[in-house]
Amino acid sequence: MKNILVVTSGIVAMILSTATLAGPREDLLAQYAAVAKVTSLSAARGQTLHTQNFSGGKPDTPSCTTCHGKDTRGAGRTLTGKTIEPVAVSVTPTRYTDPAKVEKWFKRNCTEVLGRECTPQEKGDWLTFVIGQ
Amino acid sequence: MRIPYRPLAIGLVTLAFSALILARAQAGDRHFFAPVTDPVVKEECGSCHLAFAPSMLPARSWQRMMGKLDNHFGDNASLDPATAEKITSYLVANAGDAGGQRYSSKLLKGVATGAAPQRITELPKWVSEHRKVPDWEWRHKEVRTKANCVACHTAAEQGYYEE
Ligand code: HEC
Ligand code: HEC
Ligand code: HEC
Repeated sequence: MKNILVVTSGIVAMILSTATLAGPREDLLAQYAAVAKVTSLSAARGQTLHTQNFSGGKPDTPSCTTCHGKDTRGAGRTLTGKTIEPVAVSVTPTRYTDPAKVEKWFKRNCTEVLGRECTPQEKGDWLTFVIGQ
Repeated sequence: MRIPYRPLAIGLVTLAFSALILARAQAGDRHFFAPVTDPVVKEECGSCHLAFAPSMLPARSWQRMMGKLDNHFGDNASLDPATAEKITSYLVANAGDAGGQRYSSKLLKGVATGAAPQRITELPKWVSEHRKVPDWEWRHKEVRTKANCVACHTAAEQGYYEE
């Protein structure tokens, strides 16, 4: 068991070190894929996560689109009336470049919507979706 | 040599006078609550709602609020300890009962000494200022919650709360 762990973390480290050559978004994607032990992330699954209605979280926030809006390229709005810049990278190019910020909001928002944290695969899929938007 | 000191004197008086008016407009306006200027506070306390002016609550309110960010009005707004500490210092230093905040303390009128109210919208003075706002207006879909100051006070981000 310990050996497997060492090997896996070795692979993760290798992936991470090659990925640092790319931008912070690519780094994040590689990291999520590595931890999820998948070779490909899916924008289609990300889209489903984004638009699906969940019942495990808070009743007034059943979906990511509750705050981020149905149109990824349009502005969203929190329940307290604050405007949120579009999630699509094509419209808001500064997005997802600060890993701590990304992690902080995944943690908060997944808990609000799904009633639990998102898995690395879910995070990677969702990011793949909005990066391609 | 004759110095034309009359115009000079008039000029000086005018200057002093306009400086006075300007200073009053900035500090003395009872509609004005200095907005958050610290970029970290703006980012961390201003993404879910307007970054509320620190002068709207007393220091002890902010201290209590910052001590339980994991349950912040039902939301989890927790931060790493270093950031939380930095934000607390800023809020406390600029709180409504910190030195020199004479005007905002008007909003704190009627708050019991030692109390640490958590909502601006439950301060007695806030409630009385808004008593004429009809019920349907609070429920309007562009307002939704009393905490959505910007819906009615369009210059709230700049610190101005006249209608
Ligand atoms: C209750 C409102 C709300 C809901 C519901 C919500 N979000 Fe957010 N989200 C926000 C706010 C507010 C921000 C921070 C403001 C910003 O980044 O513009 C944010 C930011 C983010 C960020 C960080 C963006 C960046 O630039 O780094 C990610 C990632 C994110 N949300 C993902 C999600 C996902 C996935 C869901 C659904 C599971 C979701 N959000 C649902 C309000 C919400
Ligand atoms: C994850 C989202 C989120 C973050 C981040 C957040 N808040 Fe809030 N805050 C809320 C919600 C939700 C409410 C309740 C709003 C309502 O009643 O409609 C609230 C309410 C408040 C209120 C009371 C408003 C009233 O009714 O008078 C204050 C004051 C406040 N927040 C301060 C802060 C401060 C200071 C920070 C930064 C440390 C912060 N908030 C960060 C979500 C957030
Ligand atoms: C539904 C609309 C609405 C919302 C939301 C709202 N206000 Fe007001 N507010 C008013 C109206 C209307 C008045 C003017 C009352 C009057 O002049 O008789 C007012 C007056 C005030 C005043 C007094 C200004 C003066 O003339 O001295 C302050 C301060 C204030 N509001 C702060 C806030 C804050 C802070 C929030 C958010 C926490 C908020 N308001 C949310 C409608 C609103």
